Amino acid sequence: MKYEYKLYEPSWCPGCGNYMIRTALKMALEELEIEPHEVVLVSGIGQAAKMQHYIKVNGFNGLHGRAIPPAIGIRLANKNLKVIVESGDGGSYGEGGNHFIHAIRRNIDIAHFVHDNQIYGLTKGQASPTTAMGQKTTLQFDGVKVEPIKPLALALTMGAGFVARGFSGDIPHLVSLMKAAIEYKGYALVDILQPCVVWNRVNTFAWYKNRVYHLPEDYDYTNKEEAMKKALEFDDKIPIGILYKEEKESYEDRFDFIKNGPPLVDRQLNPMDAERLMEEFR
Amino acid sequence: MDYSVLIGGAAGQGMDTCAILLEKTLKRCGFSVYASSDYMSRVRGGHNFFYIRFSDRKLYSFSPRVDLIFAMNKETVDIHRSKLKENGFILTQETIEDIVTKLGNPKVINTVGLGFILKYFGLPMDIAAEVIKEEFKEGIIEINLRALEEGYKQSKNRYSLTTFKDESILINGNQAVGVGAIAAGCRFYCGYPMTPSTGVLNYLAAHSNEFGIAVDQVEDEVAALNMALGAAYAGVRAMTGSSGGGFALMVEALSLAGMIEVPVVLINVQRPGPATGFPTRTEQADLRFMIHAGHGEFPRMVIALRNVEDAFYQTVRAFNIAEKYQIPVLLMSDQHLADSVVTVKPFDFTKVKVERYISGEEEVVDEEYKRYRFTEDGISPRILPGKIPGQVVLVDSDEHDEWGHITESDEIRTKMVDKRLKKYEYLKEDIQEPWFIGKDKPENLIICWGSTYGAVREAVDRLIEEGYSIGALIFGDIWPLPTKRLLDFGKMAKRIIDVEQNATGQLESLIREVALMKPTDRILKYDGRPFSGEEVYKRIREVL
Repeated sequence: MKYEYKLYEPSWCPGCGNYMIRTALKMALEELEIEPHEVVLVSGIGQAAKMQHYIKVNGFNGLHGRAIPPAIGIRLANKNLKVIVESGDGGSYGEGGNHFIHAIRRNIDIAHFVHDNQIYGLTKGQASPTTAMGQKTTLQFDGVKVEPIKPLALALTMGAGFVARGFSGDIPHLVSLMKAAIEYKGYALVDILQPCVVWNRVNTFAWYKNRVYHLPEDYDYTNKEEAMKKALEFDDKIPIGILYKEEKESYEDRFDFIKNGPPLVDRQLNPMDAERLMEEFR
Repeated sequence: MDYSVLIGGAAGQGMDTCAILLEKTLKRCGFSVYASSDYMSRVRGGHNFFYIRFSDRKLYSFSPRVDLIFAMNKETVDIHRSKLKENGFILTQETIEDIVTKLGNPKVINTVGLGFILKYFGLPMDIAAEVIKEEFKEGIIEINLRALEEGYKQSKNRYSLTTFKDESILINGNQAVGVGAIAAGCRFYCGYPMTPSTGVLNYLAAHSNEFGIAVDQVEDEVAALNMALGAAYAGVRAMTGSSGGGFALMVEALSLAGMIEVPVVLINVQRPGPATGFPTRTEQADLRFMIHAGHGEFPRMVIALRNVEDAFYQTVRAFNIAEKYQIPVLLMSDQHLADSVVTVKPFDFTKVKVERYISGEEEVVDEEYKRYRFTEDGISPRILPGKIPGQVVLVDSDEHDEWGHITESDEIRTKMVDKRLKKYEYLKEDIQEPWFIGKDKPENLIICWGSTYGAVREAVDRLIEEGYSIGALIFGDIWPLPTKRLLDFGKMAKRIIDVEQNATGQLESLIREVALMKPTDRILKYDGRPFSGEEVYKRIREVL
């Protein structure tokens, strides 16, 4: 290992799945030999979104639900930076749902790690977009009345080239998913199941632990139909692993001048070069 | 000499083409041109028209008193007949119908009309022929040249105008902002199409490959400013733009820009509100909104653009100020400035200075870089992520400590608020006083801002010729509000007349608030149509 990522003391609740996700993130970055100054962690608001305060990296801790837009801006400005979006199920699928859909359309080269605990933690226990129908919460006291979003299925129908699910309780497996997502050239979604020890008394550590299983060795992640079946499997059994992967041209590479030149941030412009624009108006 | 032509018809009839050809031809004849468009929010039908005014002296406004009307349908005649000067002429569709039929393509009505108009004013045909060759695609040049000639033959000279050497450019406000952004080294622009701001997005997209500018059509305006902030954080000059409704969606991110101290430039090309309002028309009713938008207290600068030259130079300046103070700089334009096509001297690119204020390793004095290090002027040295091994850049929307880490400390909170607001004090050093035009020590002082400059200028010139003691202050920098000139001239004036395109006198109330000075009269307009010099003149006369 060439570099060791420095950690800071978190303010998460004891037993929170975020600790294990942080451990996996640290290991993934260290094993990929990416230095802290080469990676930017972009987040919104929520417990998951505090990640860059607890591990030393470049960080853009922006607004709730708005982690993806700055991540796109960062990638277009400096293609040499590894950009990771880290936010919860609320920020990623609720408040930021529109950006999620359009990030897939762009296929911008970012890894999107969604800390999915199927509940709102920081705001104290309301339903999230992934909370099950009928589940009782602090706000939905007589049960949730809307269908949960199915993020992996949604990503597949939108044409995402990298769709995966992980579990915070299986660190080595999560590290391998994170590494593959970071190295994938394009938009990579990893929905990470994690328990919320305070607010979600249904989807507990044991609940997940008893349901998750690794996709079999011979699973073909290039088969989209099969991936769709696995994406919708969220019942007694929940598959984890890379459900779907496909090589696609990234958004950045669709701009010839970005693909074939230095990062935009490194380019100088002499204002006099723009003087020729006057000819258009003669 | 000072003439004005009105071209009108239904959307989709091709008046835009006719207007562009005539504007370019007049420009190349060496005239000063001021063309204003009046269009509806629809793609086909309705009634749209252009005022194209031209003169041998510099023009600052359009004229609703016209010498010739080119009416592509009967409705145009009915609506605009009253605007015709006494000896004016109406060119109707019927007059040239036979020629168009003979040429066998209804679209050439535009070029037949162009030929007719040129001959009417006694202007040469060859300049227009050159313009046609440049503007049209290969296959249709020939038929349009014939149409031009036929129209020319059909017409009679009413005037015999002399042409001059052409040294100008013909440009509108949105294009001037686009050119300014490119000259300033803008590398990122994003936006969601919204009239009348779309022209800036279009212009930069068209030059994206040539100048290496990433242009993104975003899913919504919420994404727009957040995305621009990401690009700016990574170290490129970034900009976004919209009209009032789109800007409303950017407001949370504007507050974020203030908090994380990432420099960004934003333009609001105003149209009348509230809500959807008048999508294709003009107003100056977002002044208070632009100054106050965003929760919490943070520094920003607001600059109103007064004409196309100002649009170019102030856009460049906006990028420099944004980076110097690490604040959002908001530019304000409006539909009238955005869409009016005018002749001006080519912009002077030697005046463009790109000042980035980005720090290198030598300025990282702490073992671990502090993005929000406390300094005397509140501005912390800015390094870029990925550029200095071992150092990371952390920006945070939460209240944060000097490193950018989330904090709950009351002491740090107070110091951070002070740090951010301190930048206001230093920013005041860069504030430009309003332009002044008119008589020394005027008894009557006009105050106005932004694109009303042209109409006010024309009115003031005329009133001075008539012997009035009058002058005008035209605000460009509007927040923080410069007050020196205002107080100096205000003390001398007997009458202070506020001229604005809104219903509540937003600049006037700002002046009362900041300069403790009360204008005596207000001339307000909020019908969605721009002030002409003529209208401002008449309304000032009513007050004096």
